[in-house]
Amino acid sequence: MSRPESRLGSGSGDSRAAQDRTRHLEQLLSAKEIVVACGPGGVGKTTISASLAATAATRLGGRVLVLTVDPARRLADALGVGGLGNVARRVPEEAFAEAGVRPKGELYAAMLDMSESWDALVRRYAPDTETANKILSNPLYRNISRRFAQGHDYIAMERLYELHEDGEYDLLIVDTPPSMNALDLLDAPGRMAEFFSSRLLRWLIVPYRSRLVTLASRPFYQVADRILGSQFLEDLAGFFILLQTMRDGFVARAEAVNRLLRDVRTTFVVVTTLEAVPAIEAERLIESLKDRHLHLGLLVCNKVLPGAFSDPPVGRTAELLGQHAGELAMSLSSDLPPDPASKNRPPSEMVGRVLDEVARSFANFRLVATREAELLRELSAAHEVTATVPYHAGHVTDLGGLLDVGAKIWGDDAEEPQRWSEVRVDRSARVRGGPAPARAGRRGPDDVPQREKEPSAKPVRASTDDELSEPR
Amino acid sequence: MPELLAHQLLFVTGKGGVGKTTVAAAIALLASEQGRRTLVCEAEPKGDLARAYECGPTPFSGRRISDDLVAMSMDTEASLREYLRVVAKVPTIGHIGPVARAFDFVATAAPGIREILTVGKLCFEIRAGRYDLVVVDASSTGNVVGQLAAPTGINELIRVGVVRSQTDWILDILGDPVRTGAVLVTTPEEMPVTEAVDLASRLASETPVHLACVVANRVLPELFGRSEEQVFNELTRPARLDQIAGELGCARELVEDVLAAARLAVTVRRDGVGHLERLRAEISSDVPLLYLPYLFARSYGLRAVRQVANALSEELVT
Repeated sequence: MSRPESRLGSGSGDSRAAQDRTRHLEQLLSAKEIVVACGPGGVGKTTISASLAATAATRLGGRVLVLTVDPARRLADALGVGGLGNVARRVPEEAFAEAGVRPKGELYAAMLDMSESWDALVRRYAPDTETANKILSNPLYRNISRRFAQGHDYIAMERLYELHEDGEYDLLIVDTPPSMNALDLLDAPGRMAEFFSSRLLRWLIVPYRSRLVTLASRPFYQVADRILGSQFLEDLAGFFILLQTMRDGFVARAEAVNRLLRDVRTTFVVVTTLEAVPAIEAERLIESLKDRHLHLGLLVCNKVLPGAFSDPPVGRTAELLGQHAGELAMSLSSDLPPDPASKNRPPSEMVGRVLDEVARSFANFRLVATREAELLRELSAAHEVTATVPYHAGHVTDLGGLLDVGAKIWGDDAEEPQRWSEVRVDRSARVRGGPAPARAGRRGPDDVPQREKEPSAKPVRASTDDELSEPR
Repeated sequence: MPELLAHQLLFVTGKGGVGKTTVAAAIALLASEQGRRTLVCEAEPKGDLARAYECGPTPFSGRRISDDLVAMSMDTEASLREYLRVVAKVPTIGHIGPVARAFDFVATAAPGIREILTVGKLCFEIRAGRYDLVVVDASSTGNVVGQLAAPTGINELIRVGVVRSQTDWILDILGDPVRTGAVLVTTPEEMPVTEAVDLASRLASETPVHLACVVANRVLPELFGRSEEQVFNELTRPARLDQIAGELGCARELVEDVLAAARLAVTVRRDGVGHLERLRAEISSDVPLLYLPYLFARSYGLRAVRQVANALSEELVT
């Protein structure tokens, strides 16, 4: 049995908005060649990236590659590719067959291997094999390629560029590394170019190259020798001299990567959850994309609580349930067997406790859902196209799961209405222009029982979105 | 195993988004309230600490939060300047031109320089005796190992000079389990637990710092015991739903939604318990595991710090 759309906050107005989003996404992913998923740590960027890629490959066709930085086996398992490495692997037809779909296109997945990617860059830009080997075996280099956190951002962008240049794929979706600041990613190519062209670098290595300590650098070396010891400085300078040989290649490349990020064929997807701190970071990221004139294609809010939590009629029912727990328990337990754990206590006691607990838990989650709704309203005001992916306790373990999440993002998974209690992932996707999320006051859970003094008559089921915000 | 707050230097770390800053802020708050002169430092200056305490910016020079609590943000360049002035006895940086810039620049590429300026400054505060406890809101999983391993690395790379002698005493502080410890924060979810387990083993194998405790943050309350859950299952049968709806005088779907919400809460909690069991099984049994509850009320800011501090102090007592 199906339920009216409005109860999930996805009424007629909303489904129109969902259709708009579907069209927008199809246009976006057909027109763009590169999608960069970015956002704060821990929000599920990898899953969202893989879902977008799987859904694009299924529905739009073409060769789609998802490039991930997440070394978790989980994604590889979900995609049925065994293991992921720098070399792309095709997701087998069987994985799609198991998920019950016939993809129009092909899906590939690869994982970014930092050291391997750095090594490849060095081999490409070193003037000769001997220099390349010298650099590759330098202990400082090994340290940098593994630890240089800002370098990881650059490598991700660099690999993206390379894959795009190769032209093997129609659509590239990259999941970005968890940088200290999501914005670092955007600046990484520029910083890399700056690093190599910097006068400071040349100034630093001149004395070791010429063995003539110039007047300008003398004070620095006096201090530096004293602090670091000249041997270390010499090692360092030696390494920089080697690096210098790759300068022109690196600078040209970093500039090309930078151009690609600004290219009309590239779009950014911001992923966040509706928790306070990630949301703040996502907002900063959106602003910064705008400042840099980068294209923001989509905002995805992940792990959103089901809409029913912030649905006032459901909330009122939970309150009623709590207020009348005692009476309800009496009538419900008349035909219940006694509590096996404590035979001398009447079953009604436990039923009452369960009902109380259900009501209290609902109030707790409603509080969170209300806060989420407000954050969603604020965030989606900043951008036209917003998708929400509901909280799902079960993890995405196969391609079918990824496609489910993709359907939430697409906003067109509503053909077969199901009760939200029965589906693994809830459909409560909302878009801007949909109903305003219900805004309850910020109350602590403890306030809830006093909220409705008069257990009012039957809660009216909201039949249109407007009624969702009716005064209580 | 010394009590957590009796340490002198605590590095609070974990995967991004698990609540490191709140836990670090809460530990510092607790310690300061016990009369320990406490410094709390944000290793990656994003302003999270200022948001946690709801105070203004926390500069490198420090902002006093209360009598015994000072908050600061790491700034490697300022740290270098302080180092040159205080330790290397270089009078003023202005006279030697672009040294700071050059250093910052070298630090971008040279391994460990930035890291040791961070760790060195914190150890220096311990050594100078200005604080009884320094709590570090450390970098997330990816970078913290590099940070804590830097002194060892530099010690091996640099054989002479002032730095060499500095790294010796830094290592003494970092490697002393009575003085220094890492606090690993995680949440009862798959990836954070996996990363926590991984980080625990990397801390042990690659850094001198010992693991003082693991904090499981945002643990959901248990809704039902086993027999209560049986009752709950009974209540979700269609006939029961109709009965409840009839009693309350409302639509059956609404009752179903309310019960389904409870079902979700039970499922999420159960998944979390599974991850916590894995955490307990894979972390050495002599490392204490502390549990902090999920906060349904405001999830950040001073009130959240206060609530976490209260929960933490209960955990530390038991």
